[in-house]
Amino acid sequence: MWRLGGRVATLVPVGALVFLLAVLAVKAWPAIRVSGWGYLTGSSWLPGSTYGGVEKVHGVTIPVGAHYGAWPLIAGTLQTSAIALVFAVPVSILTAFALTEGLPSRIARPLGFVVEMVAGIPSVIIGLWGVLVLGPFLAHDVYPLIATHIPNVPVLSYFGGSVGYGEGLVTSGLVLGLMIVPIIASTTRDLFLQVPALPQEGARALGMTDAEVARRVTLPWVRSGVIGAAVLGLGRALGETIAVAMVSGSVLGVVSPNLYGTMTTIAATIVSQLDSAATDGTGFAVANLAEAGLLLAGISIAVNLAARAIVRRSGALGAPVGRA
Amino acid sequence: MVEIAPSGLPSTRWRHVRARLFHLLMLGALALVVGPALWLVGGVVARALPGWRWSVLTTLSQGTSGGLANAVVGTLVLMAGVLVLAGTTGVLTGIYLSEFAEGSRGVHVVRVAIDVLAGFPSIVLGYVGYVALCVGLGWGFSLLPALMILSFMVVPYIAKSTESSLHQVPTAYREGAEALGMPGGHALRRVVVRSALPGIVTGLLIALSIAGGETAPLLYTAGVTNNLPTWSLLHHPIAYLTYYVWTDWNQPSNAAHVVSYDASLILLVLVLVMLVVARVIVARTQRHSESSA
Repeated sequence: MWRLGGRVATLVPVGALVFLLAVLAVKAWPAIRVSGWGYLTGSSWLPGSTYGGVEKVHGVTIPVGAHYGAWPLIAGTLQTSAIALVFAVPVSILTAFALTEGLPSRIARPLGFVVEMVAGIPSVIIGLWGVLVLGPFLAHDVYPLIATHIPNVPVLSYFGGSVGYGEGLVTSGLVLGLMIVPIIASTTRDLFLQVPALPQEGARALGMTDAEVARRVTLPWVRSGVIGAAVLGLGRALGETIAVAMVSGSVLGVVSPNLYGTMTTIAATIVSQLDSAATDGTGFAVANLAEAGLLLAGISIAVNLAARAIVRRSGALGAPVGRA
Repeated sequence: MVEIAPSGLPSTRWRHVRARLFHLLMLGALALVVGPALWLVGGVVARALPGWRWSVLTTLSQGTSGGLANAVVGTLVLMAGVLVLAGTTGVLTGIYLSEFAEGSRGVHVVRVAIDVLAGFPSIVLGYVGYVALCVGLGWGFSLLPALMILSFMVVPYIAKSTESSLHQVPTAYREGAEALGMPGGHALRRVVVRSALPGIVTGLLIALSIAGGETAPLLYTAGVTNNLPTWSLLHHPIAYLTYYVWTDWNQPSNAAHVVSYDASLILLVLVLVMLVVARVIVARTQRHSESSA
């Protein structure tokens, strides 16, 4: 009876996945036919005529003047996730060291709990805090320090220019970074705890300092697991929607010219545009969002499978609190 | 004292400076995580408390003003529904994967499906729910599509936490049950699942806190209403807390901001209480794990 019930239950995740992918593919098909590869490189997001004028392109009825290109969304998704990783990976590894070695367990235990708790805070609340508190603080007190002191030369000028009001690329990246730190840090901490004591003690006995033991013994021991955790965090950052929709500025069709500009991501675009897309009588706007969703799902799935393969191979047990 | 260091290696003094620096960086990184967390919780509390009135929990919403009773009940209904749907499916899937999967064909497909589903962006789930269930099947914004989408989202999590807590049941327990001649199903229920129960319940609590705190999959499946949830699964929208945080924070009125802050505070308390309970269960029941058995 257990066996039968279990077998029936396993049909649910499999069926759900087939259902999700089938719906996305069917819905996205008209958009794929009309835009082809141009969808990946184009930069405009134009719904076309809203007065009922339609034309036929490649056998698909679309509003006159409709043109969709997802490049700014793809770029925004990759940029924010990259910033998130640059912030989160070193912070997480150092936090994991602090929790396992740097602090007495009487202090480390409650702090470790706080770190795990961050993963459980609903993303809409993190977004609210990001847009009301963190963004304005950074734009007022932190970004100007960087932007005004950066020399106006190629590459570095990306860090200069207008810093805006706190909604935009780097704020989104940092908010995402804060959201994925618990995922990476708690997995890394569990990995560190699995490193056998003998090599560590041996290294200390040879006169290595804490920092040298950490860098030359502990970290290399679990390297692939830490990489897996970081990629798992990347998967979460790529797909995060609500917090980014609140702090990115949600500007369509623009790749931010510098580190601070407003932009949007694939996920944030779907959530902010689905309402108005539903008013397109030809269904073409909804189809383009389906293609964006398919693209995002593809990227996230590839990243997640890679991460899980790495984590599984390295035998990491740690499961973070949040949805990873 | 003369520092003796072979040429090419850093001096002892420099090595100790680096060790001190490493300690500072460690504490700095921890502060970068814990600081914002406390800042965030403090920020929400500081904004919500001054205007807090308990009637929020008992009066219905008027959109950008009024109470949040409909949203509180709605979120609880959604969580209860997820517990029933995703809880049963996820726990059974986890038991199957842990206890019966060996040698069974197709189990690899299930594992891959679970991994892929776990990585599915929540807004894409919401999109599919909207176009296929609410519009495609004509169900409208209602409870059933919202529950289905939320369940798709957390089933992988529940299945995996169930599987890993079953793996941690000491082998001696299973062997003991077998040695006593217990039939397989009986042993599973009375011995194996029972000793894995704390882990399973913890996984369920965390899954529920995820479901209760989600916004993206609900915006286009649950809709919103100023009324309390009805018993109907279809055609009747249902309110939930995250909706009011998401929509009311940038409305041009103070009353709307208060609604948004109040909803945030209630959500935060709800989610944190569940996570703390989960943590307490884990702390209290370490004795069943393989390592300490």
